[in-house]
Amino acid sequence: MTKVSITVDGVLHESEVEPRTLLVHYLREQVGKVGTVVGCDTSSCGACTILLDGRSAKSCSVLAVQADGSSVTTIEGLAGDEWHPVQAAFKECHGLQCGYCTPGMVLSAVDLLSENPNPSEAEIREGLEGNLCRCTGYHNIVKSVALAAQTMKGGK
Amino acid sequence: MIPSKFDYVRPNSVDEAVAALKAGGEDSKVITGGQSMLPLLRLRLAAPSVLVDCARIDEMKGVKDNGDSVTIGAATTHWDVLHNDIVKTHVKLLADATATVADPQVRHRGTFGGALAHGDPAGDLPAVVLALDATMEIAGAKGRRQVAAKDFFVDYFTTAVGPDEILVSITIPKLGKGWGTCYEKFNRTASGWAVVGVAAAVKVEGGKITDARIGLTNCAAVPVRASSVESALKGASASAAEIEVASQSAAEGTRATSDLAADKEYREHLMRVITARAVSCAAGA
Repeated sequence: MTKVSITVDGVLHESEVEPRTLLVHYLREQVGKVGTVVGCDTSSCGACTILLDGRSAKSCSVLAVQADGSSVTTIEGLAGDEWHPVQAAFKECHGLQCGYCTPGMVLSAVDLLSENPNPSEAEIREGLEGNLCRCTGYHNIVKSVALAAQTMKGGK
Repeated sequence: MIPSKFDYVRPNSVDEAVAALKAGGEDSKVITGGQSMLPLLRLRLAAPSVLVDCARIDEMKGVKDNGDSVTIGAATTHWDVLHNDIVKTHVKLLADATATVADPQVRHRGTFGGALAHGDPAGDLPAVVLALDATMEIAGAKGRRQVAAKDFFVDYFTTAVGPDEILVSITIPKLGKGWGTCYEKFNRTASGWAVVGVAAAVKVEGGKITDARIGLTNCAAVPVRASSVESALKGASASAAEIEVASQSAAEGTRATSDLAADKEYREHLMRVITARAVSCAAGA
């Protein structure tokens, strides 16, 4: 077992993990952040996307030991007292159907907007390249991200 | 699948990492971003005894301008490569190719050196370092050695990096005035592997092509140079028509395989078409 200190959604967790523990399993099973889901388990679908030190990463493709000393934001830690503007926009634009890809989509969108606050439709689609929606509801997801970009600009 | 058991060490220096690899025996493996390693571990295609995590070794990170060349630490992430001003200014071909690697999440974690040392024939960056005549610095128990890109890629997923060695950095000569570059990739889906990729660097003087370097992705077990196209381009006018003629020999010297994405014949066709596109783009034709 290896000791790791990982801040998850603002709370520091000191844990013992096996080196082979995937970050997604650590988050779900040791920290209880079941909002982060496992989709394909082959780095393809992006459903398990989290923010690792502020940048999007697929938590099925990171070992918990690699995240030692880092800070993780999951979908559960994104909202404050109110929904994050990206979450609100997904609700407003019906940017989800079954909802399974949503945690990853939302966090990828947050990452995209932090780097490019005013993305074109093409840039939104490219920014979400690492996230798959099996319901194929991409149009409303893209609309949601565009709306979030607008509201986030208005808010600042 | 859950990976098989392994030990994990995170050394602070290249020397410590080399010692850890040696101590771990022949099944010890280097990991940096892990974006190639984690899928292999989960499919249990790799079952290392020890993972030596080199992601936090300072010497292996960052970009340095040497005047006539640029040195990039092997553990520098794709994202850091993409956002580096020295790379954007002096090794634009690498920045352009890196922007096409996988997806944002993978680029945040995956590293330049990791993508090279993995030796995947469908990886985009090996063809780039081959076209740009880069030199790799490899560290082992006996010290450091320099290996030219043309000698670095040995076979499928096999490079010159020995089991107890580490790729430390990559040095890429600057191209200088008159050169244009382009990475053209043909793939079937967003974030898909290159069916064929072409890294082109072309020097144009007075409307004529005076020098050309072309690296091909996924056209053999290792990246290859389209040498006969390079020769045919020298002296040609920088026009789409002459470039297309010169690009007809793009498949010479390649060893294309057939797979689900393309059979050999179609892949060879793509080499000609994508080479012409990449060279035209690089030459501004």
